Amino acid sequence: MGKKILLENDHVPGIRGYDVYRSKGGYASVEKALKSMTPEAVTEEVKKSGLRGRGGAGFPTGMKWGFLAKPPGVARYLICNADESEPGTFKDRYLMERIPHLLIEGMITSSYALGVKTSYIYIRGEYFYIARILEEAIDEAYKAGWLGTNILGTGYDLDLYVHVGAGAYICGEETALLESLEGKRGNPRIKPPFPAVEGLYGCPTVVNNVETIAAVVSIINQGGAAYAAIGIGKSTGTKLISASGHINKPGVYEIELGVPVEEFIYSDEYCGGIRNGKKLKAVVAGGSSVPILPAGLILKTAAGEPRLMTYESLADGGFATGTMLGSGGFIVMDETTSIVKNLWNFTRFYQHESCGQCSPCREGTLWMEKVLRRIVGGQGALRDIDLLWDVQSNIEGKTICPFGDAAAWPVASAIRHFRKEFEEYVTHPEKISDVKHYYSVNNLPVA
Amino acid sequence: MPKVTIDGHSIEVPEGTTILQAARMIGGNIVPPVMCYYSTLKTSGGYCRTCIVKVSKGSDKDPRPIPKPVASCRTAVMDGMEVQNITSPELLKARAGVVEFLLINHPLDCPICDQAGECYLQDLSYEHGLAKTRFEFQRRTFTKIDIGDKIKLHMTRCILCYRCVKVADQLTPQRVHGVLFRGGVSEISTYIQKAVDNDFSGNMIDVCPVGALTDRTFRFKSRVWNVNPVDAHRDCSKCKGKVALWLKGEEVYRVTGRRDAYDEVIDWICNECRFDKKKTSDWVIEGPSNISRHSVISQNHYTLKEPRHKPLLNAVKVVPDQNLINEKK
Repeated sequence: MGKKILLENDHVPGIRGYDVYRSKGGYASVEKALKSMTPEAVTEEVKKSGLRGRGGAGFPTGMKWGFLAKPPGVARYLICNADESEPGTFKDRYLMERIPHLLIEGMITSSYALGVKTSYIYIRGEYFYIARILEEAIDEAYKAGWLGTNILGTGYDLDLYVHVGAGAYICGEETALLESLEGKRGNPRIKPPFPAVEGLYGCPTVVNNVETIAAVVSIINQGGAAYAAIGIGKSTGTKLISASGHINKPGVYEIELGVPVEEFIYSDEYCGGIRNGKKLKAVVAGGSSVPILPAGLILKTAAGEPRLMTYESLADGGFATGTMLGSGGFIVMDETTSIVKNLWNFTRFYQHESCGQCSPCREGTLWMEKVLRRIVGGQGALRDIDLLWDVQSNIEGKTICPFGDAAAWPVASAIRHFRKEFEEYVTHPEKISDVKHYYSVNNLPVA
Repeated sequence: MPKVTIDGHSIEVPEGTTILQAARMIGGNIVPPVMCYYSTLKTSGGYCRTCIVKVSKGSDKDPRPIPKPVASCRTAVMDGMEVQNITSPELLKARAGVVEFLLINHPLDCPICDQAGECYLQDLSYEHGLAKTRFEFQRRTFTKIDIGDKIKLHMTRCILCYRCVKVADQLTPQRVHGVLFRGGVSEISTYIQKAVDNDFSGNMIDVCPVGALTDRTFRFKSRVWNVNPVDAHRDCSKCKGKVALWLKGEEVYRVTGRRDAYDEVIDWICNECRFDKKKTSDWVIEGPSNISRHSVISQNHYTLKEPRHKPLLNAVKVVPDQNLINEKK
């Protein structure tokens, strides 16, 4: 059994309520930080832990905190990004639904480290029932004296608010989130200035993922060095993985970074193997926007080494033969899956969610969706595949925010690894209903 | 003062200058084209992505190149920065891709569009566009709406540059139009077709790079290259009163703000000057406006003493066909 940090107590009945949470050692990190540590010491501890942002980009959290500008007399903000909308990712939802106090505890400790007096949890509109759970938990925390003025008699004040978004994927991008929180249209801002200098209401702001904030709790309790001891190399600590797709046991799993991908898919502790004894065809390892990898490349790197669940190992080989850990949305596809149809589904999502601000993304996602719809409908031509490739390469890297990349990568990787299947789709449209046909065409090395 | 090198041309510029502004200081064909940046509008730019450039050296301190192309209109120069625009083939390819994106849903109805001749997108597609389109689907269309009695909105032609939104934000007391919806279906509109009615709304027409916002008092009256722009002024209580009058003979066809070398309005003008003062007697005329001789607007305005090639028709005497003339009668 791997070590569990975040989900250690998720099975305890009543853990959602304050009393049970407190009896299991909750809010110890707030006590420790506020009473015995300076804000700088808390930040230092997070730096020592090697914690990396769990929202997808994997940027070192301690470094991000270090970038926060601290001009005197200007308010600073900490915002928890709970706008979890990436297809295939549902870890934050599980965490907030089961143990809302863990997030609130992390918010208090992190806010203290950053010298923040007002913090927000920006939660996606579809999670309105979780917003209610969080509101109740915040009320309990206020009553118990963990929030409000003069917390624990240390003179530290903090107010925590939950803000419910309107259900736009783009508001998970940090600057679009800030715009939305300010009450404007959720369009990403042009960077620089970065939020660490000019964020919410023009003040320095840190935006962190739910899981990142929750991890701070154990870092302060156990110490940064203890957290850094888990995992491999620069991928320290544990990570929540939302496993979905054609597996026996879909769900949220907490893994120690460094577990081999093969073990994660096939062991009974985690996914429990492929459903109905089918063969593995492909895996999207970190949410819909990261490149899809065929079975041969997800289990072993191009160099033949076993691939591990770490930021580095999954990215091994660049985008030619690698992918990304992303937000941990682990989508497994068996041999009956049509990659083309799946890609159309993803592209439809991105086409619908593009904010429409910059032209490559607005027009490009729409175009890719139309071309893919034609291919899936059996009306495609071989030149459409090259056209798709061209369009995605014209989007990638030319947009204001990473959304353009997120829309382009799945298309690029699907064509890179499954081009034959696309060709089959356009040359033999009559066979489209026979999904197994494409598997034999691809002739994939399956584990 | 930071020193920046753009396509081999070096220039020292004040702190905080953007790459685009530095390129405009150098001038010539190294200036990136723009669709959404507007020198007199704050926070404009960054949306259309046509002004992207390649930064091959970040600065003297940190000489690493920036991996992705950057929007030159929103990126400040650093000391020792090296920028490639027309000298980088991959950048030109990327820009051609952006132009293609801008054109896939554009109706390309230039023959019936009032903006033809002073349209940024027309110039851009001539310079970078592909001769054929690869977009084989139905284009996005909208119905034309009147926003107020002076402005026609033809959303089908819009490229969502946000310039008119910034004008309304920065010049008028309250913005009553904006972008509705998102992604490929987003559109500029007023809330339930409310009229845009304020003293400076006419400037939205001037900043529109395409034919999406047109002057209802000028629509279909004349081609822009058939009217002569002259600089004129009057005493105005609301604006500086410095305008360009577009004349055909003695008749004022339209009034716009004066434009700089990049076709951007220098001083905003009020609606009274723009729409109500349509007589030459209202104005003090200063002289012909400065129009680039490469612009189509300067066509027909300069005549050569001797035609460079003698037209073939002059050699042949054309006799009108009497039958045709009779038929007409």
